[in-house]
Amino acid sequence: MGETRPGATRRAVMLGGLAGSLAATIRLEPALATPERMRAAIRNVVGEASIRKGRVDLEVPPLVENGNTVSLAVSVDSPMTATDYVKAIHVFNEKNPQPNVISVHLGPRAGRAKFSTRFRLADSQIVTAIAEMSDGTFWSASADVIVTLAACVEGI
Amino acid sequence: MARPLINVPAKVKRGQVFEIKTLISHIMEPGFRFTTTGDKIPRDIVTTFSCSYNGEEIFRADLYPAISANPFFDFFTVATESGTLDFKWVGDNGFSETASAKIVVE
Amino acid sequence: MSRRTPRVPPIISRVTTIVCLLFAIASSVHGTDIPLDQRRSGYLDLGHDSKAMQDDDTINPAALWVQDGEALWNQKTGAASRACADCHQDATISMKGVAARYPAFSVARNGPINLEQRINLCRSEHQQAPPLASESRELLALSAYVGRQSRGMQIAPPDDSRLVPFVEAGRKLFNRRIGQIDMSCAQCHDDNWGKKLAGSLIPQAQPTGYPIYRLEWQSLGSLQRRLRNCMSGLRAEAYEYGAPENVNLELFLMWRARGLREETPAVRP
Repeated sequence: MGETRPGATRRAVMLGGLAGSLAATIRLEPALATPERMRAAIRNVVGEASIRKGRVDLEVPPLVENGNTVSLAVSVDSPMTATDYVKAIHVFNEKNPQPNVISVHLGPRAGRAKFSTRFRLADSQIVTAIAEMSDGTFWSASADVIVTLAACVEGI
Repeated sequence: MARPLINVPAKVKRGQVFEIKTLISHIMEPGFRFTTTGDKIPRDIVTTFSCSYNGEEIFRADLYPAISANPFFDFFTVATESGTLDFKWVGDNGFSETASAKIVVE
Repeated sequence: MSRRTPRVPPIISRVTTIVCLLFAIASSVHGTDIPLDQRRSGYLDLGHDSKAMQDDDTINPAALWVQDGEALWNQKTGAASRACADCHQDATISMKGVAARYPAFSVARNGPINLEQRINLCRSEHQQAPPLASESRELLALSAYVGRQSRGMQIAPPDDSRLVPFVEAGRKLFNRRIGQIDMSCAQCHDDNWGKKLAGSLIPQAQPTGYPIYRLEWQSLGSLQRRLRNCMSGLRAEAYEYGAPENVNLELFLMWRARGLREETPAVRP
């Protein structure tokens, strides 16, 4: 029987192993990372038009406690008149199994080009919002979100 | 059971931009999860949410599996005249839910 | 285990072993209680958006369950065709403070029962209705609606001498090492709260707001569900819903949280 408390050594190894295995699941896996798919999904909506940076304010928390429920607020700088308004806001992500998050359709009756919702992020990644204007132009903003995982991985 | 929760101001002034909040119970099963025995859990999500103001659509959202369970929306509209806001959620497996709220415009 | 030539006389190594074992046993039976003024709710560790979600009934997903609970409260049910409201009238008055003092002693069960069990006892005794299943939407909705009436009030475990042995049983469970990971609740939540475990903050595990909308579940759930999650996280076999061990643990945890304010229904990661 050794002099050290056997529990302490075993616990250190267990925690090290647990941390190691969790770190392995959140490490970037090139096979799963899909910025190309996000770009393709964006092209699907935008076509050949150029996308300008600006006018879009994308609010997501920089660090998220749980990827299941991430607050999202998108607002676009626009007078929202009958001749100058935001037609749609499209949100995309990089690393979820699917690149689309939501497409919101607005019009002059919105008064304010702003909406909030809650969405899921499977991993730390970039989120992009694209605003489609009534004059046919597209504007975008992106945000980098870090997603942390629950410490105790639960089966039930 | 599990009626949507709608939040709109009781009274608004004509021309004022006011805020609408909606919450609905829905599992929003993304279709990418597996059971412990390895079977894929089929997708079951709300696919469209829309709001009409006295019959005219003022907001519509196309939802994807990335939207969290119990979908929440917060959006705006201009107060034009008193009447009814109608909300509709449509989704997989024939899911359909509606709700309405009265709005008083002075 | 490799053999080592002892460098110290056998008697000293044996005494040291016994002392270490006694220390291990002593420290595992009595974890260091958090000083009363250092206790804090997990709410304080939430991100800004999660706090906002909890504070605002118009955006808290748990409000959906509270709304359902209110409808059930007023709905006649069972062979007696009686609603909760028929006996208890307006819950916003009659249920004020109730959740804050549960678990409470039940003469019928000769032991403590939690709020969900109390609801089911009412159903069988006064409504002649079958019990609602653990973690069912209906039971959680009623529990959330009743619990909501204690929001803002201090957790006030009953001053009932009959509960003492059960609180002690709960304390022993809290301090007992379990599972393949072989750790006790106390080792994380009494001794290492505030530190990080694999990137996540270890909370004190104060049950200030059950049933909670847990982001991990994307649903409302009870304290027993959370305890079962913790136990399976330690690779231990979790006690079944309604098992006396779970209720004793709940009782001990609420005693441990005495004086902290109820936040039901809370939001937690």
